[in-house]
Amino acid sequence: MNAWLSTVGGSWWSYAFMRHALMAVMLVSPLFALIGGLAINHRMAFYADAIGHAALTGVAIGVLLGLPNPASAILAFSVLLAVLITVFRWKSAAPTDAVIGLTMSIAVAAGLVILSRGGQFGRYMPLLIGDILTLTTADLVLLAVLGLLTFLTALCFFNAVFLTTLNSSLALSRGIPVRSLELGFAVFVAAVVALCIPWLGLLVVNALLILPAAAARNVARSAGAYFLLSVLFGWTAGLIGLWASFRFDTAAGPTLVLAGGLLYLLTLLIRALRA
Amino acid sequence: MTAPFHEPADEVRICGACCTRLVGFGVTIGGHRLLRDIHLHLHCGEMLAVIGPNGAGKTTLLRAILGEIPHTGQLTFTPFRAGSRRPRIGYVPQRLDLDRSAPATVLDLFAAALTRRPLWLGISRSVRTAAEGAFRRLSAPVMLDDRLGQLSGGQLQLVLLALALAPRPDILLLDEPMSGVDESGISRFYEAISKLRREYDLAILMVSHDLDAAASVADRMALLGKGTILREGSPREVLNDPATRSLLGYRAEVRAWPAIPKETRSPHSAESGGPEKRKQ
Repeated sequence: MNAWLSTVGGSWWSYAFMRHALMAVMLVSPLFALIGGLAINHRMAFYADAIGHAALTGVAIGVLLGLPNPASAILAFSVLLAVLITVFRWKSAAPTDAVIGLTMSIAVAAGLVILSRGGQFGRYMPLLIGDILTLTTADLVLLAVLGLLTFLTALCFFNAVFLTTLNSSLALSRGIPVRSLELGFAVFVAAVVALCIPWLGLLVVNALLILPAAAARNVARSAGAYFLLSVLFGWTAGLIGLWASFRFDTAAGPTLVLAGGLLYLLTLLIRALRA
Repeated sequence: MTAPFHEPADEVRICGACCTRLVGFGVTIGGHRLLRDIHLHLHCGEMLAVIGPNGAGKTTLLRAILGEIPHTGQLTFTPFRAGSRRPRIGYVPQRLDLDRSAPATVLDLFAAALTRRPLWLGISRSVRTAAEGAFRRLSAPVMLDDRLGQLSGGQLQLVLLALALAPRPDILLLDEPMSGVDESGISRFYEAISKLRREYDLAILMVSHDLDAAASVADRMALLGKGTILREGSPREVLNDPATRSLLGYRAEVRAWPAIPKETRSPHSAESGGPEKRKQ
């Protein structure tokens, strides 16, 4: 593998930071495929995006509280927001996307107002943008743990959530506690997004969560293929994106996202040809 | 021409050994009394159609029976020679809000409903066998590998009906089963329902706005209006009642459709599914 990668991509594989970045993508792709696929089924792509943006407020709260590391503040705020949005969705007659949109606007604005006080805004931006090239071995271990936790959770709840995303009344009639599951899933998505943002950055998290699954949706026929193709597309986008960013000296995260975008277009083409 | 009305007593023998009851059933949400004082008895093998104008609370009634919204009063199922409990409900939703590209097959739907093993770890042989059995019970073509998004309205209804029967419920709830289904799909669906009633002594509660179809398949009819049951009886009695006419603007002249062959409603349910059989 090492030799092959060297011949294909030049010397990029010899840099530890590139290897770490690639391993990070390898680790998060299955995790994101599980969550992303269900999130798209449940029309939650925009929700995940909103949670990601609201991380800004998490950072701001961390700063206000004087926390040395904002990660815990981001996590706490995202989970709180997840609960609020979900409950609001149940109780309110307003369309879901409007609820999410307005929550996001308020959260982002609040974060910006707090952080921009005193002109210190630039200091906090890296927390939000993240950098897939700065990951350490310890970060990778944490990602692996997160992946394992997701896998174990999915072992118990995947089918129930899947059925709920198809039709909640049907799920309810089969004894599935729909409300708790919806809340649990929303909180889980929020927690994963919040935990990954300081490492990978807002753009990469949301793109890797939605793009591979959306591409897989274009070509998969069954739920099993949907998941497996999502993983495969995540890996492919990561590999191509990281190689290209090294080769053309571009920012790693956005290049990776563009690679995912190209894959999506390709699957769209395949789908059109099939039809 | 008149609708193919029938009296339950001479055509479908209702075994009566088990019973689903709604007693003093009501729903109050946010201070609004949506439903009140509803008393309904539903015996095995019997089909009750609940009709009523839009906004009468038909959907609310279904959602409350399903447990989606809280209700007052009681909902109990009394099996043969056993204590009462909450009934096991088979539910056929009005429609699945699926986008056509949704990557999920009919088999995925069954596996998700019947097992815990995540769909991406493969689907066991036993799920396939159970699903095939459910389709055969309906004499419906087995379509396990078709994508849910590609099915016609009628096919999807049959899939949902087959799913509702695995495992066997105490009572089957049908929510506007014919909406968005073409005529051949409707008659096929009702053939399947008739077969079920005949062979499995299943109690069925159907909510419907299609009075003709409801009259031709149901044993009893209940008119829901102003948040409660206004009339209950044979389809003929309820449809000819002035209350029904004023509430629904219904005229007694109805089409004889869909045509359910008389022999599919033969009264052998009492022999084939006596109390002993139901104990298993």
